[in-house]
Amino acid sequence: MLNPAESAALPGPEWLVERRRAAAERLANLPVPTVEEEVWRYSRIGEVDFESRPATTVAGPAPADIALADTTPAAVVKVANGFVVDIAVADDAVFSLRIAGDDDAAALDRFDNHDVVTAINDAAAPTPLILDVPRSKTVEGPILIVHENSAVGATVASRLVGSIGEDAEVTIIEHRTSTAGDQLVIPMVEIDVAQAARVTYLDVQRLHTDTWQLGQLSASVGAQATVTMSQVGLGGGYARMRADCRLVGRGATGNLAAMYFGDEDQTLDFRTFQDHLAPDTTSDLLFKGAVGGHARSVYSGLIRVAPEGAGTNAFQTNHNIKLSEHAQVESVPNLEIENDDVRCSHASTVGPIDADQRFYLESRGVPPTEAERLVVSGFFDEVLHGFPYGSVVDALVRGDITTKLDRRFT
Amino acid sequence: MTELVIEGLRARVGGTEVLQGVDITVRSGEVHAVMGPNGSGKSTLSHVLMGRPGYEVTGGTARLDGVDLLGLETWERAKAGLFLAMQYPIEVPGVSLVDMLESSAVAAGRDRSAVSAELAAEADRIGFDRRFLDRALNVDLSGGEQKRNETLQMGVLNPAIAILDELDSGLDVDGLRTISEHIEAATNATRGDRDPLGVLVITHYSRLLEQLRPDVVHVLAQGRIQTTGGPELADELERTGYAEWTAAPAAASAPDPMADPFADPLA
Repeated sequence: MLNPAESAALPGPEWLVERRRAAAERLANLPVPTVEEEVWRYSRIGEVDFESRPATTVAGPAPADIALADTTPAAVVKVANGFVVDIAVADDAVFSLRIAGDDDAAALDRFDNHDVVTAINDAAAPTPLILDVPRSKTVEGPILIVHENSAVGATVASRLVGSIGEDAEVTIIEHRTSTAGDQLVIPMVEIDVAQAARVTYLDVQRLHTDTWQLGQLSASVGAQATVTMSQVGLGGGYARMRADCRLVGRGATGNLAAMYFGDEDQTLDFRTFQDHLAPDTTSDLLFKGAVGGHARSVYSGLIRVAPEGAGTNAFQTNHNIKLSEHAQVESVPNLEIENDDVRCSHASTVGPIDADQRFYLESRGVPPTEAERLVVSGFFDEVLHGFPYGSVVDALVRGDITTKLDRRFT
Repeated sequence: MTELVIEGLRARVGGTEVLQGVDITVRSGEVHAVMGPNGSGKSTLSHVLMGRPGYEVTGGTARLDGVDLLGLETWERAKAGLFLAMQYPIEVPGVSLVDMLESSAVAAGRDRSAVSAELAAEADRIGFDRRFLDRALNVDLSGGEQKRNETLQMGVLNPAIAILDELDSGLDVDGLRTISEHIEAATNATRGDRDPLGVLVITHYSRLLEQLRPDVVHVLAQGRIQTTGGPELADELERTGYAEWTAAPAAASAPDPMADPFADPLA
């Protein structure tokens, strides 16, 4: 599936080289998944061309600077074709941010990620990034990680491993683009959130529409800790992201949110897993998106409450607007509950632009196309401004949204 | 001089013919009240005139200065000078008043840059808190605030004819007085290049009419204007109710199996 010779050419400490070799070996024997498997249902896994996309072995030019509206980042990391090429952190930073070195072998083993996607990442990620925030430290301002990929016909893997100490607080914003279309990107994020820590993670995905993505976000949340995992999905030909939120400590909270907008021939594929493994845990999920043109969106999510999950509160909501008759929406919420003392709900809607809202605007003299545009634009506004750093994210993606709205509403 | 002429208007909602031939003429500067019991077709009349989806016109005409409103799209009706203040204003998440009214201004060939200032000035005039101007339309507004918001939009859009559907519901006495005085003033003076406002008030109770005195009162029941009179008719209705114009419910609801299914139910 991935040529072991390529991953052998990647840099790093001995343990990492060996880890890549083992992963490549594992991959050689792993069958490519099929849509018959529930977790790959509705996906385009059968169309992914792994063979002709070797892992990138050289970094590209450093990404351009990204300005965050009214916000000063605590650190800026530049990643080119999966290679971390620059880390800018103030000298007095309360945290450590580094490329995985000799002592970081254990960090990559913290999560039990063993599917094809994570195996490719294991074999192909050139410079895993390690973030440690010590206990009781609050990181002021977000850590900004800017990815820009230019490698043509390549597999580009990136990895972030975060360890957030007790009662610490941090926000991480990843901004991902690709200038060359033909590319398979395998982003992976693993964050371990210790007791009472607060972590916000935001993924802003603006890949080229010919780029394909198979991604994995994982968080493990300790007692009384809170993680918020938000995603904006705008780019990619087939862009899949799986977000697993494991609530492992009593009273842990996981908030998952996404805003997506697909058009033309895009497929945006979101999988979520709210895993309640401890008592009195809370998870809240809100995914909202729109698809136009011939685009497709997939939302498939599972709430699981383990026998230990007494007192669980778990919510899951997915709302979709279909902007054209050729667009397709799959929305599959699932519950698997093994404890009686829980409060769970799931809701999913798929529909056209709200006729009443349209009528209201038209009754004030707004022409139909403009009214639809306002309603859809407002729908996105509302979701984005509910995000942490909502206006920052809005400023980053407003141009993309406008371009897509212009294509649909002219 | 603007004139809204409704003649023989018939309309169906969900298979039921709710309007069965309505005739009303409203001219600039006049205040007409349409009163009637629940289910008489009052709100249907307002929705049909504005072109709300789901309402099917089956006969008759509605013309604004000779222009066939029923042949126009909703936004074109607004552009032609018709305004509807809704009984239940609709929430539009993420869309602000300014966004909407600027789009409306552009569509009408007006200057969008003036909208913001007009809105602020109008808000002050009717006592609508300026901080609500940036909020999403009707989201998190109380009933009274929603009605002020409708009135505010009317002030900025400056229509020739305004239909006010149950405008009083949700408003407290002070709000009702402010808004009534405001509307009253618009019916008494020319506004820019517009003649004085013509108003069609749709209401179940005469509460609003104590503040906004109508020139003409129509009673709409069973899909038709049953009688028309002066302001005194509203007072009379307050005392006597609508019993005179509603069919005896028991008789109406028990269908006669031998009856002609095509007979006019009002015959």
